[in-house]
Amino acid sequence: MQLKKFFILAFKDIRLLLRDRSALLLMLLAPFILTLGLGAISGRFSGSSSTGVHNIPVVIVNEDAGELGQALIDLFQSSELKGLVSPTILDEVEDARKYVDEDQIAAAIFIPEGFTVSIIPSAGQISTGDVVQIEFYANPTRPTSAGVLRSILDEFLNQVEVGRISAEVIVMQLIEEGIFSIDQAAMVGLEIGQEMAQAEGLQSSITIRNETATEGESIEFDILGYMAPGMAVMFLMFTVTDGARSLLIENQRGTLPRLLVAPTLPGYVLGGKAFGIFLKGAAQLAILIGGTSLLFGLEWGDLTGVILLILAAAFAATGWGMLFAAVLKTPGQIAVTGSAVMLLFGILSGTFISLQYLPDWINVVNKITPNAWAVDGFYILSIGGELDNILNNLLGLTLMGVVLFVIATVIIRKRGLVIK
Amino acid sequence: MAPILKVHDLVKKYGDLTAVKEISFEIHEGEVFSLLGPNGAGKTTTISILSTLFPPTSGDAIVCGHSVVNHPMAVKRSIGIVPQEIALYDDLSALENLKFWGQMYGLSGKALSARIEEVLAQVDLQERAKERIKTYSGGMKRRINIAVGLLHKPRLLFMDEPTVGIDPQSRRAILEAVKELNRSGMSILYTTHYMEEAQELSDRVGIIDYGELIALGTQEELTAQVGETDTLILHLGENEDPAYLAESLRSMDCVIQANPTDHQVAIITSSAEKALAPVVSQTNALGIHIYSVDMHEPNLEAVFLHLTGRALRD
Repeated sequence: MQLKKFFILAFKDIRLLLRDRSALLLMLLAPFILTLGLGAISGRFSGSSSTGVHNIPVVIVNEDAGELGQALIDLFQSSELKGLVSPTILDEVEDARKYVDEDQIAAAIFIPEGFTVSIIPSAGQISTGDVVQIEFYANPTRPTSAGVLRSILDEFLNQVEVGRISAEVIVMQLIEEGIFSIDQAAMVGLEIGQEMAQAEGLQSSITIRNETATEGESIEFDILGYMAPGMAVMFLMFTVTDGARSLLIENQRGTLPRLLVAPTLPGYVLGGKAFGIFLKGAAQLAILIGGTSLLFGLEWGDLTGVILLILAAAFAATGWGMLFAAVLKTPGQIAVTGSAVMLLFGILSGTFISLQYLPDWINVVNKITPNAWAVDGFYILSIGGELDNILNNLLGLTLMGVVLFVIATVIIRKRGLVIK
Repeated sequence: MAPILKVHDLVKKYGDLTAVKEISFEIHEGEVFSLLGPNGAGKTTTISILSTLFPPTSGDAIVCGHSVVNHPMAVKRSIGIVPQEIALYDDLSALENLKFWGQMYGLSGKALSARIEEVLAQVDLQERAKERIKTYSGGMKRRINIAVGLLHKPRLLFMDEPTVGIDPQSRRAILEAVKELNRSGMSILYTTHYMEEAQELSDRVGIIDYGELIALGTQEELTAQVGETDTLILHLGENEDPAYLAESLRSMDCVIQANPTDHQVAIITSSAEKALAPVVSQTNALGIHIYSVDMHEPNLEAVFLHLTGRALRD
């Protein structure tokens, strides 16, 4: 009987939401409009044959005589990136900078002399451990395009790093076991590193959304696909904040005290309210994802993964909502704090500004937000990832929700559900 | 017969503030008992404790044989509560509200539907049951607020100032409904700061002030405490000084007590009729303008004034 009341309470909140047109509009229409607006600003809807960012102009200056400099050029000129980037190879760094400064290109990449050698020493040489840095010179007026180029470059460097470390470890073990001498090590290491990089698949690891274009298959980066998850999760935070606010409004209006003097256990009253908030959040995310999928053809990826991620994100966000309800005392406080936190979490998770333009520590701090875990998970799924690839995201969100619920419950038990 | 409610040395403290100070009283089966006192006297806190919303700091109450401290769930099943606030969902209809609250009290199916029909008839709102609460007048909302408290046929009903902020017609309807409920056998604990309501409805009255039960008994027993005295209330202009006037009037032989409040002075006298002329003369002599005068025979207002030195409406 008590469990039945738990569901009756939750569905009562859903019914009230359906009766509140302004709240519904804010929950569902606002994220759509914002996503579309930002998409339009970013060029998602400009051009009849285009559905996103494409042919991003980039200049590469290669002063490196080794294999890796050339590999990077090969990557940008590869058929997989055809249509997404439009690379030009120049000899002079200053010329490249000038193109960026004059807003003719999105970014310039400088591969300095000795880049390959600093990673893969020649035979007879010993690595100093200091890797020569590639310079990425971004055009601040084209943040999205520059962000895409930076992602490709980062992926390339990650693969190189994987190959280098793997080769070092294997060679050291082989030397220790006396299989070959130090003199032979450099040559063997080079071969292993190259094999590792090939095995990992340097270019295949860069997975870009493949959309239908008018002239055969071309690869495009869909800005709407990048923004929609961020907006959806940001507005999820708005919805759970509003749900938490409703708990304090019920306290003020006397319906919460009335519930607590009915023969219903206080835990079920609190749980029912929390479940209602969770349902609202999950429904909002599902509708936004379904809506962008149907209206704009966005591909969100593996359905099971998407559903589980929606539930986990709504759970974690509800935990935040309950914490607000436990710590704050009036609906007004929750409204103000909730809006501020919603925006802060959005910024921290790269909804408005690409994380590449923010300090590295933000990538650590933002792990306290449901946004960071959820947006990352949705991104992984949208580029072809499967359930296995988002297990960390699901775990992170679930743990966040559990921890926040426990903290909120402890505070509410201490304070009392009804604030006098 | 054992009382349906027995309150024993109930205390509630919030930090340094003692909201309820060792109050004890009983309510018998079929009785209407009123807690009469000004705003902030501790009436709502007392009802909140008795309905298990807050635990007492000390003391206990036995409601329908169950302790509010040890068996709160059994107490909740036995009582109905009509809170001071309109504790309803504005965006749901009266019918939906009643269904929701009935389910919270464990009712369901045909039994719930039948009971909803009955309580709607009791508060005379069957015809507008499908309309949302937010379209109702204040009085209609109050009546649905009462109907919710009756759904599970409680033996004891707590009504916390159910007529606050409504028009005289709705107030009359609610008072008649309370009498009807009592006639049907329901015991009622009624809190109010309206002396007239307590007088009209109650078998017995407890007068509460600053968390303390300062008097308890039938109306006759309580008015006997003030003896054969009348009350004169002088209503003064905004710029007049009631304290100055009260001080002056206390020296008169016909005045037993004179208590100043906002823009008025309450005078206890052995005969209001005889004291009126000299009191008005003395006031005029002081250059103080009187707007109007009320004369009261012994009543609960006079009891409160006699016990506290303040008018009930303060």
